[in-house]
Amino acid sequence: MTTAQNHYDAIVVGSGISGGWAAKELTEKGLKVLLLERGRNIEHIKDYTNAMKEAWDYPHRDRPTEQMKQDYPVLKRDYPLNESTFGMWANEKDSPYTEKKRFDWYRGYHMGGRSLLWGRQSYRFNERDFTANLEEGVAVDWPIRYADLAPWYDYVERFAGISGNRDGLDVLPDGQYLPAFELNIVEKDVAARIKKAFGGSRQLICGRTANITQPKPEQNRVNCQYRAKCWLGCPFGAYFSTQSSTLPVAMKTGNLTVRPFSIVTQVLYDKDKKRARGVEVLDSETNQTVEFTSKIIFLNASAFNSTWILMNSATDVWEGGLGSSSNALGRNVMDHHLGVGAYGEVEGYLDKYHFGRRPTGFYVPRFRNWGGDKRDYLRGFGYQGSASRENWRRDVAELAIGADLKAALTEPGHWTIGMGGFGEMLPHHDNRIFLDPKVKDKWGLPVLAMDVEMKANELRMRKDMMQDAVEFFEAAGVKNVHGYNGDYAPGMGIHEMGTARMGRDPKTSVLNANNQVWDAPNVFVTDGACMTSASCVNPSLTYMALTARAANFAVEALKKGEL
Amino acid sequence: MERRDLLKMIAAATGLAFVGGEAWAAGVKTTSASKALFGAGDIMLLDEIAETILPRTETPGAKDAACGAQMAVMVQDCYDAKQQALFVAGLAALQASCKQQYQRDFLQLTAAERTALLTQLDKDASARNAAIASNDSTNVSNRKGDASIEPHYFTLLKQLSIFVFFTSKVGATEVLRYVAVPGRYDGAMPYKKGDKAWAT
Repeated sequence: MTTAQNHYDAIVVGSGISGGWAAKELTEKGLKVLLLERGRNIEHIKDYTNAMKEAWDYPHRDRPTEQMKQDYPVLKRDYPLNESTFGMWANEKDSPYTEKKRFDWYRGYHMGGRSLLWGRQSYRFNERDFTANLEEGVAVDWPIRYADLAPWYDYVERFAGISGNRDGLDVLPDGQYLPAFELNIVEKDVAARIKKAFGGSRQLICGRTANITQPKPEQNRVNCQYRAKCWLGCPFGAYFSTQSSTLPVAMKTGNLTVRPFSIVTQVLYDKDKKRARGVEVLDSETNQTVEFTSKIIFLNASAFNSTWILMNSATDVWEGGLGSSSNALGRNVMDHHLGVGAYGEVEGYLDKYHFGRRPTGFYVPRFRNWGGDKRDYLRGFGYQGSASRENWRRDVAELAIGADLKAALTEPGHWTIGMGGFGEMLPHHDNRIFLDPKVKDKWGLPVLAMDVEMKANELRMRKDMMQDAVEFFEAAGVKNVHGYNGDYAPGMGIHEMGTARMGRDPKTSVLNANNQVWDAPNVFVTDGACMTSASCVNPSLTYMALTARAANFAVEALKKGEL
Repeated sequence: MERRDLLKMIAAATGLAFVGGEAWAAGVKTTSASKALFGAGDIMLLDEIAETILPRTETPGAKDAACGAQMAVMVQDCYDAKQQALFVAGLAALQASCKQQYQRDFLQLTAAERTALLTQLDKDASARNAAIASNDSTNVSNRKGDASIEPHYFTLLKQLSIFVFFTSKVGATEVLRYVAVPGRYDGAMPYKKGDKAWAT
């Protein structure tokens, strides 16, 4: 039922961080674009229904109920299950998946995807992040280098609005920043002591975050108001999301059509032309199947779902789906492993407190296996943390009940400081996702099975991640320091990536240097699926840069008639 | 600090992670949602227990914040069956202690008697929780407690009272300090003893 109305220059599948960028770039360059989103629409500001609520406005003070825990057996494993973001995560009954090994998959099936819910920490990969695989003989080499991406980092940072300092560190390249948020007095002091204790080889810097510290009137965005309620949708548009940033620009071009409730079930593949001709969409409301055709397709459905679409495409040519000729499709799942770090008490500063709630804390860039350092594992980790005075949730064991207890809890307690590590996970062929042959979702579609585990390199790294955090704080004079190495399962980082990696050889990679599927060059994958390695820094900024770069390439290639 | 780590470190003033958050009784089935656990009398009792833990002083107390009704809602909807059973049995045990010591209901005790009774229960609970904590490693993620040991019921009452009070509008805005839209940040704001803590 392909008609003139069903044809576009480009189709973008998914409206999260990378899909929003694809839509923006392609429409700005004059293409007629169809943006497909599998979930419901969420309108900027108007639909941020909880944005101004506080704990007392929720029936259970923002705590999950037993019913919610029953309905969301995966989500309940970590912090995302609460009343304030309820409904912003994929329905686990409608969209199940199989855990051959435990995998925590946190999905945002709605307009904007996880761009509304993300942590917003925005760091560039460094030069060695792109060469380490080659140098160490791990997996395959990235087909691009830092220099290829640097101008695109500049480009996306300027548009998205990243606040940070230019710290001049090789391990964490500087970008195009708005003024940074501020460390508090205790963090500043600890930073100074760390500099002294480690002779500059370890740093505590202000987090770089996609919250704006100056208004962006051209995007109708107001600077951060220090409410720290970002994940509820910001009525000021102070953090980067599809809704606040990329979508309005794309809409303004007049070239964008948005279709919610559209589950893309496969890329339609033309065997003779060796090109995709469009996508098949299942309307999640009506259960009707619709075809849309286009010259190019961008898959931005989130790492695993972009791969899921490829696995379900062109199966008459390749049993394992489009891109499976590489034997890399679904392979090399990565995440950032976390839940390990330290915390302690900072003496003094009892005449100081804070005003306002920052949307970021501090960052400790990677220092392991960097410079002259050499460990018994590959790669490294960074830390994210903050210092603050304790509140009423603290333990005041010496005070039983009554007026004294109440008075004590009404005042802030001591200053404490804590930080948690984010460790790089190596790509491993055996860490994979695949289509479960038995289980189907609400719409009768096959679901993914997860078979991912932590390997020896990650487990060795975690020992350092705890010990180094303890050492770090003790060197800064923090008292009563406790390390922790808690429960982490793959996926908990909500940085799942890999499964359709970029590479130099179609026999070992799904995508080329421009994010084109080797077996269908008019199909681009620019979300987390494309990652060849993970670095230890938060990945979303890199997805933005890769998407803008690939979109630019695609339009140039279209103009030259090469696609 | 990252949110997920912060949540794990919340000890809720009782030396034990928040019951009804992560499960010390994971996997236990919930009771039927339709079965109401508490009546008006129970809510009055919960109000008075909470008021004894967090009394009205120069600022509002637990009853001003309607803590009893909200505690009942939390136990009804956010506790699993095992936790609910512990809580309900705990209220009965508390009344039994009253009868034994004072030959009266809790509601009929003087403020001083209530305080004396709950102070003793708090001591018992602290001893129990210390035993749970000593079964832990130093691993913070285990601060939720040893799943095999039931906490003392008074811990649940105290945790819920504190949580419900300070997350109430009265507690947050009239007992603590609250600013909805700060608009700026000061990481070295002057503070003097007695100034209130921020609610959020």
